[in-house]
Amino acid sequence: MNGMSRIVKTITSIVFPFIMIFGLYIIAHGHLTPGGGFQGGAVVASGCAMILVAYGSVWTMGKIKEKNLSILESIGAICFIILAILGLGFGTVFFKNFLVGSNIIFGIVPSFGSTISNINTAGVIPLMNFAVGLKVIVGLFGIVLIMAYASRRRDNK
Amino acid sequence: MNFVDFLLQHSPALIVAIPLLGAFLTPLVSRINNKVRNIFVIIILLITTSIVLLLALDVFAGNIHTYIFGSKDLTLPIVRILFEVDAMSAFMAIIGSILLLVSVIYSWSFIEENSGLDKYYTLVLLLAAGMFGMMLTGDMFNFFVFLEITSIASCALIAFWTNKGKAVEAAFKYIVISSLAALFVLFAIALLYGQYNALNIAVLGSAIQFSYLDKIALVLLVAALAMKAGIVPMHMWLPDAYGRAPASVTIILVGATQASLYGVFRVCFTLYGNTINLSPTSIGWIIVLLGLITMLIGVSMALIQSDFKRLIAFSAVAEIGFIFLGIGTGLTLFANNQMFGLIGSTAMSGGIFHIINDSLDVGLLFLVAGAVYYATKETSLDKMGGLARNMKYTTIFFIIGLLAISGIPPMNGFASKLLIYESTFQLNPILAIVAILSSIMLLAVFVKVFHSVFLGPAQPKFKDVKEVPKTMLFAMGILASIIIIFGLFPDLVINNIVEPAVNALINYSEYIRQVIPTFTGGF
Amino acid sequence: MIFNFPFIAVIALILIGLYAIIFRKNLIKMVIGITIIQSGVNLFLITLGYREGAVAPIFTSLPSGTEIPQGMVFPIPQALTLTSIVIGVAVLALMLSLIIHIYRHYGTLDVRKIGGEK
Repeated sequence: MNGMSRIVKTITSIVFPFIMIFGLYIIAHGHLTPGGGFQGGAVVASGCAMILVAYGSVWTMGKIKEKNLSILESIGAICFIILAILGLGFGTVFFKNFLVGSNIIFGIVPSFGSTISNINTAGVIPLMNFAVGLKVIVGLFGIVLIMAYASRRRDNK
Repeated sequence: MNFVDFLLQHSPALIVAIPLLGAFLTPLVSRINNKVRNIFVIIILLITTSIVLLLALDVFAGNIHTYIFGSKDLTLPIVRILFEVDAMSAFMAIIGSILLLVSVIYSWSFIEENSGLDKYYTLVLLLAAGMFGMMLTGDMFNFFVFLEITSIASCALIAFWTNKGKAVEAAFKYIVISSLAALFVLFAIALLYGQYNALNIAVLGSAIQFSYLDKIALVLLVAALAMKAGIVPMHMWLPDAYGRAPASVTIILVGATQASLYGVFRVCFTLYGNTINLSPTSIGWIIVLLGLITMLIGVSMALIQSDFKRLIAFSAVAEIGFIFLGIGTGLTLFANNQMFGLIGSTAMSGGIFHIINDSLDVGLLFLVAGAVYYATKETSLDKMGGLARNMKYTTIFFIIGLLAISGIPPMNGFASKLLIYESTFQLNPILAIVAILSSIMLLAVFVKVFHSVFLGPAQPKFKDVKEVPKTMLFAMGILASIIIIFGLFPDLVINNIVEPAVNALINYSEYIRQVIPTFTGGF
Repeated sequence: MIFNFPFIAVIALILIGLYAIIFRKNLIKMVIGITIIQSGVNLFLITLGYREGAVAPIFTSLPSGTEIPQGMVFPIPQALTLTSIVIGVAVLALMLSLIIHIYRHYGTLDVRKIGGEK
């Protein structure tokens, strides 16, 4: 598809960092507020799709190589499954939350009931949110990019 | 504890996790070399097959394995996801792993000249993880998630030859019907959850009463899972999908279809087992009638086909009718103790033994069809002829598959079909007559195919046709040798593998007692 | 009677989606029909978890006086609905990619002109 006019391109490049920060905030606070890996990843992928619509699919495909997207997606998925298998390795069962109660990272156990939210809690869950968020961002953006590039009209000049 | 005990204790999770890890690592491994990627995939599947055999040896001796994700002990009320492996699940897992291993060995040289092969192997491993998850799980929503993973991965594999338009259209038809069936399953699971506040199969099985909403949920579940398994009148996707996919993909699809069939039996026997004496014969007779219609229509449509793989797909539909007939007879007599002991358990043994026989026979025939396509690039029966001169080993494998699928001794089809004939005759003679008639018509169909493809005068355009490469012959040889061994020693197989599976399906209270130790009542 | 309104909406959505799949001849309209059925089933899952007068199941800064857990909505149907939405997105992406291939090969999106073997 072709790009849009100069006004749209300027406004898009101003607004895109805010959308990205908002999406990353949703991913990072998944264990405290509504949200998590998939929801935040979908927001960031919508921001990237906005860039694709404003600048055109040919320009975007020239800037991003397809095999980088594939490698990033594999890294996100491998991190998720390795975190699950590490629960098996640290003694007990598959998918066990082995970081709760220890002092490596994310280890504080809050008291029961209504408290002030603390980001340093809940063990393995924020790490899994990051892995799923990376995979969803790259996956959804890759789908939209390849569909737009594959169905571009060849008679534009 | 030593390594083997460690593997055995964590085996239900490892059987699903190792193909998943392999699927995510394959795009990175395939940057190195093509041979390294093929060897990596075969090693992952060999490790998974050995863990499946280790688990099956322990489960057939009588223990049911439960595995809880994320915690060590089981406290009521159940909030975590459980995997529960009894003898029927282990039986289906053995079938799945044999079909996957044979398919990957076969596709070493069958699919070699295409591009995009790293995506092919990633999808095969993802399909493996989905299939094993469907067979081993003990939680209804987890079953739905793995059902969707399996159908998405198999749809992408059916459309693998995208340069021809027909394969893509078959894949679109498959994904529409499959997605509709999965949405009906989700609706039924939501109905059951809304009434009993539980998603676990054992907890639902102990708390279920046969109210009006439960009847709606049972009808939706059986209809949707039968739609995925290819029962007439919902079989429209099966000939297109099996016929236009690559042959190494079709044999894995046979395994995925049997996994949906396993879902029907798990719902009918374990989930609704406690209420089966409230409506004793209606659901069993419906399954028997569906089996009869499937057999008749499958064989009749196979008579008029002229495309090789489409014909084998219609005979696969007919074979699934046999399985429904055998197990439906057992379900009809479930509430009546005395008649069940005489007739019902024989019928169920025949039905369950026929699951593994059907997968092996239909799989071997599809591999032969793929080998003929690889050598001659033709799929229509009218244009082939006289191939027995050039492809000797393929002809022998086709004869073995032909004898096995029609139920002729000494192949394995004879043993399971004899059990089905004997037991259904005592229930109602018409059922056995229809079954024998469709077996004879299958024999007629395949003798016609054998004559038109392999016998006859040599055609001039097939002068340079050579035998297929050795890896494809090795894969077909594995299946043929298992068929002959099962045919020569059927009571070894029935006593050690089939009987524990039948007992596991019937004794649903054992299944429930693993999770709720105080459950009383039952068969 | 007003509290049964979501369930009536669910049945209406599923029937509209089934009508679109069965009676429409354009491939894109069949895909839209499947999306409508998915929305209906997701709405059914969410409605199952409702409790009258309850708040969202989050522990951060609860309004004072809510009892735990009787004053909160059920959280499990929300997890089920989220999983179902993710699966719906994946199936939708797959179906649309297949439609792009079909259009490039056949030149038309009419179901009556595509395929057809006995």
